[in-house]
Amino acid sequence: MKKVMIDPITRLEGHGKVAIFLDDAGEVANAYLQIPELRGFERFCIGRKAEDMPVLTSRICGVCPVAHHFAAAKALDAAFNVEPPSAAKKLRELMYAAYFIYDHTLHFYYLGGPDFVVGPDAPPEKRNIIGVIEKVGLEVGKEVIKHRAYGQRMTEIIGGKATHPVCGLPGGMSKALNEDGRKEIEMMAESSVKFAQFTLKLFHDLVLGNSKYVDMIKSPSYTHKTYYMGLVDKNNKVNFYDGDVRVVDQSGNEFLKFAPKDYLNNVAEHVEEWTYTKMPYLKKVGWKGLVDGKDSGIYRVGPLGRLNASNGMATPLAQAEYDVMYKTLGGKPVHSTLAFHWARLIELLYATERALELSRDPEITSTDIRAKPGEPGEGVGVVEAARGTLFHHYMLDKDALIKDVNLIVATTNNYPAICMSIRDAAKGLIHGGNVDQGILNKVEMAFRAYDPCFGCATHYAVGQMPLTVEIYNSQKKLVKTLRR
Amino acid sequence: MAKEKLKVAFYWAASCGGCEIAVLDINEKILDVIQIADIVFWPVAVDVKYKDVENMPDKYIDVCFFNGGIRNSEQEHMAKLLRKKSKLLIAYGACAHLGGVPGLANVADKKEIFEKVYKTTFSTDNPSYATPKASLHVKEGEVDIPEFYDTVLPLDKVVDVDYYVPGCPPAVERTTFALDAIAKGELPTKGSVLAPVKSVCDECPRKKENKKIAKIYRTYEKAPEPERCLLEQGIICMGPATRGGCGGARCLKADMPCTGCGGPCPNAPEQGAAMISALASILGLEEEKEKYSDEDVEKLMSQVKDPIGTFYMYALAASILGRRVMKK
Repeated sequence: MKKVMIDPITRLEGHGKVAIFLDDAGEVANAYLQIPELRGFERFCIGRKAEDMPVLTSRICGVCPVAHHFAAAKALDAAFNVEPPSAAKKLRELMYAAYFIYDHTLHFYYLGGPDFVVGPDAPPEKRNIIGVIEKVGLEVGKEVIKHRAYGQRMTEIIGGKATHPVCGLPGGMSKALNEDGRKEIEMMAESSVKFAQFTLKLFHDLVLGNSKYVDMIKSPSYTHKTYYMGLVDKNNKVNFYDGDVRVVDQSGNEFLKFAPKDYLNNVAEHVEEWTYTKMPYLKKVGWKGLVDGKDSGIYRVGPLGRLNASNGMATPLAQAEYDVMYKTLGGKPVHSTLAFHWARLIELLYATERALELSRDPEITSTDIRAKPGEPGEGVGVVEAARGTLFHHYMLDKDALIKDVNLIVATTNNYPAICMSIRDAAKGLIHGGNVDQGILNKVEMAFRAYDPCFGCATHYAVGQMPLTVEIYNSQKKLVKTLRR
Repeated sequence: MAKEKLKVAFYWAASCGGCEIAVLDINEKILDVIQIADIVFWPVAVDVKYKDVENMPDKYIDVCFFNGGIRNSEQEHMAKLLRKKSKLLIAYGACAHLGGVPGLANVADKKEIFEKVYKTTFSTDNPSYATPKASLHVKEGEVDIPEFYDTVLPLDKVVDVDYYVPGCPPAVERTTFALDAIAKGELPTKGSVLAPVKSVCDECPRKKENKKIAKIYRTYEKAPEPERCLLEQGIICMGPATRGGCGGARCLKADMPCTGCGGPCPNAPEQGAAMISALASILGLEEEKEKYSDEDVEKLMSQVKDPIGTFYMYALAASILGRRVMKK
């Protein structure tokens, strides 16, 4: 058997490699997407101060720090049994929408989009943001850079820093939004709505207008019939920040709907020895290996997962585009992996509309943003990260130090499905031992559609360290020695 | 004739990807950068593979920005490879500089981390306790993944580093400062941290009144007054022990304390110790020690919960503590 490696896989966040095994006839026997890294957050967060969790766990991922920051803040709200004031929730959701603006823009133009905009078979040195700018022109390129920056700037205004914000506290937010900041956000959100519309038009022209790409989207090599998961509001519309977790089956029927605190009744994780990342599955269905269909507990999350698991979008422009997508691709649910790209842009439009709505909400500049936390206990916080449902679960001791932690991270949920997608794309595309970089890139496109973040998926490490503190006075005389 | 373009590489090891975003955060300036530089390796953004790097002649890359600490064998290999292929190697961001947040894993070892992640986490279903294997025979042949180490190391404990860009992630002005210095050939002495010598405190606009404190508050226990020094309001802020250059005490602008991502100040390289010393003086232990009994001192200091996480959030792996003593 011959082994072909793609190492590292590129244009994604984090590390990964693909091992493809070819049999004697040059057909694909199997392919493994291996995640070569682990950091051990579940271990080393133990013993830390509970209120540091939003800051520590945002370091799981510097691309989606806001998702971890607020999943942590929500887990702390629950653990301290405190409900943040309405204005604090709105402020969090506004920052959350801003994060989606920069993250989804990043994916379409910098990471996944180059495959479509520049072309899957284009020379590797052109398949990147610079190639995209050459193709769409410098003026458009500048708009892309500007609006990604707007998303970051909105986040920074509310969160202190865009990458690794500091504003989330149990019971609310550290600082109110002032009128200057609100105005600036409103201006940026307004411009972002137009930019999202422009991006969708570009997608329609370049991708949906090209029958070769449409055939590719619909091809069996990029299709999996799985369960889908996402957070929904009371009307079963997509919500990124809050709500219940809804799961639909392969035919689009509601299969599960549960409150975040009940996640352990519904989701479990399987371990494989050839990779560092675990494989989640629906507990009620069970782990059946890397196969799709009704009897396999594998589910998908992220843009397509959310759209499939919901009844629509809560804003008008995004809802219209949601209808177009399902009409074009033959109704709900859509099983084509490459449709993640379209779903992502619909969510980009929703995020811009929602950011604009919230920036005009009279309550958004309220200074009532902190409620007093109660006694420390246990809590679960769930949000939708750009890449899917994100679970944080903490147990606190009486000093509000972390006693235990569990994290099921967005991309981890998708990992079993991504493994299947890579394997099946390789099987569909590689024949007679014929492998070139264009074919291997099309194999990589199968994971890029998910916008995976294997930084996140490798978060997985406390105990109290012995520490001696010696206190000296200004004459360098030892005053006190403390040990713990 | 235009000058030959600089060959620039970016790589990530045990990190979060925030340093890649910090590079993108220079925004339109990236268009100027690509006028003077070719990006020859950057997994997040361009399709260049490891074998392409292996095939580069030694010193082919002019500047390599390396983020992330060293946590496994692949990262160690890539650090050594990129050192060999690069004229300048820059430790970019807190993880490459000091180990960063992932360096807190030095409170545990591989065995303990594996047990938590693959066995005792609430949602893990793994009755036979299977764990990832560096080399494994599967039906079709051999597959391998890097060896996970017991200890996280900052980049300079593995290879020779030319410069450091601090921060988690580095502020835009740190990145542009480094890029300008490289473009103009105006780099300081080898081994320098490319940041001002001031502390975060020196750059913080909050008012200090030289008040002593008797009680330490956790951030969720007290909404601080907006204009006053947080430390003087009883909230532990790493500002006095942390190197500035982060864009003007950004965390403080959101009414939250500095957690120390800029690393130590040049005159006090052991960041945690420097902060403990600063805290002891503001707690009034230095001058007024006669007033305090041993129990008082004990009580005051016992208010500091989780000293490792508080004083060494980013710098444990680079500190004299380094890691918890390994169990044999």
